Amino acid sequence: MATIELRVNGKKHSVQADPATPLLYVLRNQLALNGPKYGCGIQQCGACMVLLDGKATPSCMLPVEAIKNSAIVTLEGLAGPVGSGPTGAGSPLHPVQTAFVEEQAAQCGYCLNGMVLSAVSLLQENPHPDDAAIRAGMQRSLCRCGTQARIIRAVKRAAAGHRSK
Amino acid sequence: MQSSRRNFIKTAGCLTIGFCLGGRPYRGSYPGAAIPADGSVTQPLSAATNFWPGEGDRINSWLEVLADGRIRVLTGKLELGQGIRTAVAQVAAEELDLEMSQVEVTLAETDVTLNEGYTAGSGSIENSAMAIRNAAATARQKLLELAAQKMKVPVTELTMAQGRIGLKNGTPGPGSENGIRGLPFKSESLTFAEVLEGRQLTDEVRLPVNLKPKENRRLVGKAIPREDISHMVAGEPVYVQDLRFPGMVHARVVRPPAYGARLLHFNEQVVKDKIPSLLTTVVNGSFLAVITTDEYQAVQAQQLLRENSQWSDGPALPKVSGEQLADYLISLPVQTQRVAEKGDSTFLAGDTTLSGQATLKARYSKPYIMHGSIGPSCAVALYDENKLHIWTHSQGVYPLRDSLAALLHLPAANIHVKGVPGSGCYGHNGADDVAADAALLAVAYPGKHVRLQWSREDEHSWEPYGSAMVMEAAARLDGSGKISHWKFALWSDTHGTRPGGKANNLLAARYLEKPFTERPSGFSGGAYRNSEPYYSIPNQQVQAHFFDGPLRTSSLRSLGAYANLFAIESFMDELAVKAGKDPYEFRLMHLDDPRAKEVVRKLQSVTQDQAAPHTHTGTGTSTGTHTGKGTGMGMAFSRYENRKAYCAVAARVAVNPQTGMVQVQKMWAVIDAGEVINLDGIKNQTEGSMIQSASWTLLEQVHFDQRHITSRNWDSYPIFRFSQVPEVEVVVLDRPAEEPLGAGEAAQGPAAAAIVNAIYRACGRRVRHLPVAAAKLIG
Repeated sequence: MATIELRVNGKKHSVQADPATPLLYVLRNQLALNGPKYGCGIQQCGACMVLLDGKATPSCMLPVEAIKNSAIVTLEGLAGPVGSGPTGAGSPLHPVQTAFVEEQAAQCGYCLNGMVLSAVSLLQENPHPDDAAIRAGMQRSLCRCGTQARIIRAVKRAAAGHRSK
Repeated sequence: MQSSRRNFIKTAGCLTIGFCLGGRPYRGSYPGAAIPADGSVTQPLSAATNFWPGEGDRINSWLEVLADGRIRVLTGKLELGQGIRTAVAQVAAEELDLEMSQVEVTLAETDVTLNEGYTAGSGSIENSAMAIRNAAATARQKLLELAAQKMKVPVTELTMAQGRIGLKNGTPGPGSENGIRGLPFKSESLTFAEVLEGRQLTDEVRLPVNLKPKENRRLVGKAIPREDISHMVAGEPVYVQDLRFPGMVHARVVRPPAYGARLLHFNEQVVKDKIPSLLTTVVNGSFLAVITTDEYQAVQAQQLLRENSQWSDGPALPKVSGEQLADYLISLPVQTQRVAEKGDSTFLAGDTTLSGQATLKARYSKPYIMHGSIGPSCAVALYDENKLHIWTHSQGVYPLRDSLAALLHLPAANIHVKGVPGSGCYGHNGADDVAADAALLAVAYPGKHVRLQWSREDEHSWEPYGSAMVMEAAARLDGSGKISHWKFALWSDTHGTRPGGKANNLLAARYLEKPFTERPSGFSGGAYRNSEPYYSIPNQQVQAHFFDGPLRTSSLRSLGAYANLFAIESFMDELAVKAGKDPYEFRLMHLDDPRAKEVVRKLQSVTQDQAAPHTHTGTGTSTGTHTGKGTGMGMAFSRYENRKAYCAVAARVAVNPQTGMVQVQKMWAVIDAGEVINLDGIKNQTEGSMIQSASWTLLEQVHFDQRHITSRNWDSYPIFRFSQVPEVEVVVLDRPAEEPLGAGEAAQGPAAAAIVNAIYRACGRRVRHLPVAAAKLIG
């Protein structure tokens, strides 16, 4: 056990954890965040994605000691600093989250965490991705319900919003 | 139901949970159409549904009026990502002229919602939503009558909006019933709760009920957005995986290395030494588990115990793979069932080689396929003061409760099962098994909430798969190119081993010190679902052969229909080629049902001129010769279960001649699911069904060696990633005057056949064994 300092959703946290514990478990259990999900534990599905210094990164194999000073952002903190509730309830949605809602780009929604964060990361690197770039940017995240066609539409909608600003 | 609880309005969140009711069977349907619509004969709701006499007959079995004037709808179904929460709220809000935000939905929970069996078989709209619609419409009448008495005015002068009842304004404008913004009342109005003065509506729902006229509907049939998506996208706690209770502990089960392996020895000291937060090791026969306070330490303890335990080998699995599997499966002993016989069924009688009289014969096969939920199964269980509480994403809370009662030798009345959404399941995955595991552990470690999260490997290698199947078809064409004789045989393991109130269908039951050893069994009809062609063929014979296969199997989306329709609709395509007919024309020649014809014709018009860009290979001319240039269009049709939704699917594929790799470029579906409740719900289900079916068809098969399943992660069991996903387009034919039909499974079978038919058009190769093997498409 060690004391580990983490910067999550704009706030500093001090957690007690075995330094080898994957970040996913610390975020879910110590910090009670729901965005990152357990899916496979071996970086094959993208359900556990977080933004690490703005870049979509699977958290299920990433030892918490390896984070150092990187800024971690989860779905809960995507729209900005988390408001009153620990789950970010009441905080406004990020434009990518809004695009997913508007396209109703989900069925069970379990993969949404990885999808939304991959899209945010992609659009930061490439604000105007074409269809192939969207597919490449989302490739690491699996959806079993078959909502990928909607997700692609949501990413395009978010990119279009980007463009008009 | 506990009538005392239901008869009075209570504020949300302070209900005590009751325990009552014994075990009951779980099947039925909602033949609402059998009741004369003129009201000449009425009957209680329960007589027309799958509920027990008297149960479900009362309005308050389905909806409650809340103190703040909103209503709570109670469905015995669980939200699985199919959007049922929204659909049931829509029908209730429609009949009671509420806004969507004024309806909350309680999902399946024992002793809270009715026993609606399983959330399965595309039945939630057909059963639960229609019962709720009738209950809400009855509630409307009763509320108006009560308000009329209270206000001393005739019912006809009253109207209803936003949870209030008042005198009609006379001049409907923006604030009318159709507008609902602002209130349409002349003077003061009463809330539903004020009308009821603290009571609930306990009146009987008798069918037929006068429903809101279709032309006045403002919610039903529209693409009402699902509100839960905005919660999911924000990372709010939605799933059973997100439940957290004070003092909750974490568990992991150490699964055996093989189905039949037995635990010989394990070294408990290793985990005691190395896992600081270990609370206990649980061992019951060959059921071995750990409980810790820290979740990641439970994962580590599971791994340690796996490395420090010895197991017997168990019986070896057969050494077969790929297409040999089909030969192996039909060599197994079978029990045979006649599914259909019509006309001259002596066609090919005794002709085991299917030679001679047939114009065409073919054998098709599909492998074992997994549900492959993205979130592995999870449950929380608490055993406290002789009561067992389970939080589960099971599709059937009541049957699970009764199975747990049998497994644990507890009275069902002492078990409370609450449904909480999980990751999409598409049928009977590990949800019930993980709940049983958690229940065993909670009983062994009472007083704490025990959370058990299956690993990816647990889910991949222990879930009950969709059975591998073999299908043989033979047919004779007459001089005009019509099918005169048809013979179809299928080989399959069971598609129905849901818990169903029995202990032995739960995975852990086989491994206990006192094991339940009977082979899991249940509903047997799934194998031959859609094995009868929906086409008009004068002479036919359909047979189902049941084998006991090597792998654990149960219900996967559409059950046997996926394989049967892959075979039938591929065979129809082959016959069309033989007959020299266009695939659309050939199907239309054999269809009598006008609704079936319309979906096929609509698909034809939607896909006209949709051949691959830069080629000119219109679908209307593709009578058997492939188009060249490596792209092709294919289509298929079915009516799900031959009595539910109609669906025709087209696919455009490109086949790379160097690698044989198939890219599905675009898929189209035309679906008639009767009256549309939620337009976007049907579209979403149909899009997803096509994409999932395309993944099954092109990529998926469960691999195993003689020891156990070897498909244990997404590398060894790949599914579609974004680069493989086709563009999709869905056309919904709304039939407001028809019964609404479930839509979640309708595209699953035709999508598979449309793809292989397109591959044939693209490269001239006929794929009869799934998944599609690229090696056979080279050149």
